Amino acid sequence: MNWCEYPGYFVGSEVFQNYGCRMFGGLWVTLQLVVISVAVGFAMAVGLAVARLYGPRWAQVAINGYTTFFRGTPLLCQLFLVYYGFGQFRLFWQDIGLWWFFREPFYCAVFTFTINTAAYQAEILRGAIQSIPRGQFEGALALGLHRWSSLRHVILPQAMILALRPLGNELIVMIKASAIASLVTLFDLMGATRLAFARSFDLSIYLYAALIYLALTELIRRVWDRLELRLTKHLAMR
Amino acid sequence: MLDKFALLGFGPGGWGWALLQGAAITISIALATLPFGLALGLIVALCKRSESIVLRAFATVYTTVFRGVPELLTLYIIYFGIQIVVQKIWSGFSIPPFVAGMVALGMVLAAFSSEVWVGALNSIQKGQREAAAALGLSKPQAFRLVVFPQLIRVALPGLGNNWMVLLKETSLVSVITLPDIMFITTRANVVTKEPFLFFGAAMLIYFGFSLISAWGIGRMEKRTNRGYAAFGGTTR
Repeated sequence: MNWCEYPGYFVGSEVFQNYGCRMFGGLWVTLQLVVISVAVGFAMAVGLAVARLYGPRWAQVAINGYTTFFRGTPLLCQLFLVYYGFGQFRLFWQDIGLWWFFREPFYCAVFTFTINTAAYQAEILRGAIQSIPRGQFEGALALGLHRWSSLRHVILPQAMILALRPLGNELIVMIKASAIASLVTLFDLMGATRLAFARSFDLSIYLYAALIYLALTELIRRVWDRLELRLTKHLAMR
Repeated sequence: MLDKFALLGFGPGGWGWALLQGAAITISIALATLPFGLALGLIVALCKRSESIVLRAFATVYTTVFRGVPELLTLYIIYFGIQIVVQKIWSGFSIPPFVAGMVALGMVLAAFSSEVWVGALNSIQKGQREAAAALGLSKPQAFRLVVFPQLIRVALPGLGNNWMVLLKETSLVSVITLPDIMFITTRANVVTKEPFLFFGAAMLIYFGFSLISAWGIGRMEKRTNRGYAAFGGTTR
């Protein structure tokens, strides 16, 4: 018996035992999707937030439009547009050598989730940077720091602490939202569960999947609480 | 190129009317869910602040579960769950997708809005309740006449956020065959093989709804804040 069959065996559920390996394999796909898109999205968001606040006028307008649009439309719609819609321009993608990317549902999902979460994270970071008192920036400049170094060494570290909680929420939102990847033929945790349900027609499999998602989000929430406590120790906020 | 856009029109072979109907269904399910979810959220919030440990535990478990499980999964569990349970008693039963969607999205909305309600309830000073009691108002009266009107002002920005999330989440209901915008455009894609056009159109419709909502919520916030501007309590 494989390790992934044990949870189903212990709770005495035949379906969960039979599909346990598929579901834990799906959980791995879910984790990959979320970790890659949230990490890449974060890197993009830092640049976007800084450009949105200090960049040239055209960049500010463009970034504002980008964040408003992607936060104002459903992720499901964005995913379908990328997965089905981009496939329509197959010849174009083949010409520029990107067809291997947009052909795969996994890459399509990662791409969509990344641009979506980048928009949300950019807004979070913009808010955090804006709530750092102006005097911090002026003080850094007065000490002779370059604009970039004041940003990097003075503003951003403080902003990150403020952004920590909303970023944690965004991570949880992405884990939950990643379930829709199952609708573009991807076998993430949700996809594996749907398969198990379609074959067994046993509803309890959905409840086990809910428990796995719940355990995952709860774990992250707790880790994040600890992280916040650690990082804000010197501020003695509470 | 132009004949492609005719697919979105109202002429023969155009999907204009279908899209409009889909948009109407999206709006209806969002509007039908809102009062249900907000009322349930307020009840959960009151449970969370209650003196009874049982009610508090219930509220905590409720919010933890519905905030931690993907909406899509909640939707499937409610849709198939109600169906299977009721079919044991009445075998010909099938739940309308609209109702299943409304219940599932409403329960998720309740979990998220209860956090907003709790925050708002905390912002109302104890003196308000005490003064109401001193005036001889009963507890329900005090809540209805004194606490609730003040609650709305504080809760509105958070609830506005909940509404925007709900509006986008309605797109999930298409997977249980409710013919909303997403469902119509998915079908249009199957028939016409023009996914980019149709999903792009769907994006624009949703975006239009979001912009209108943001504008409307801004107006409402301004209105509820009109007595407070003097204290610097202006909206963004």
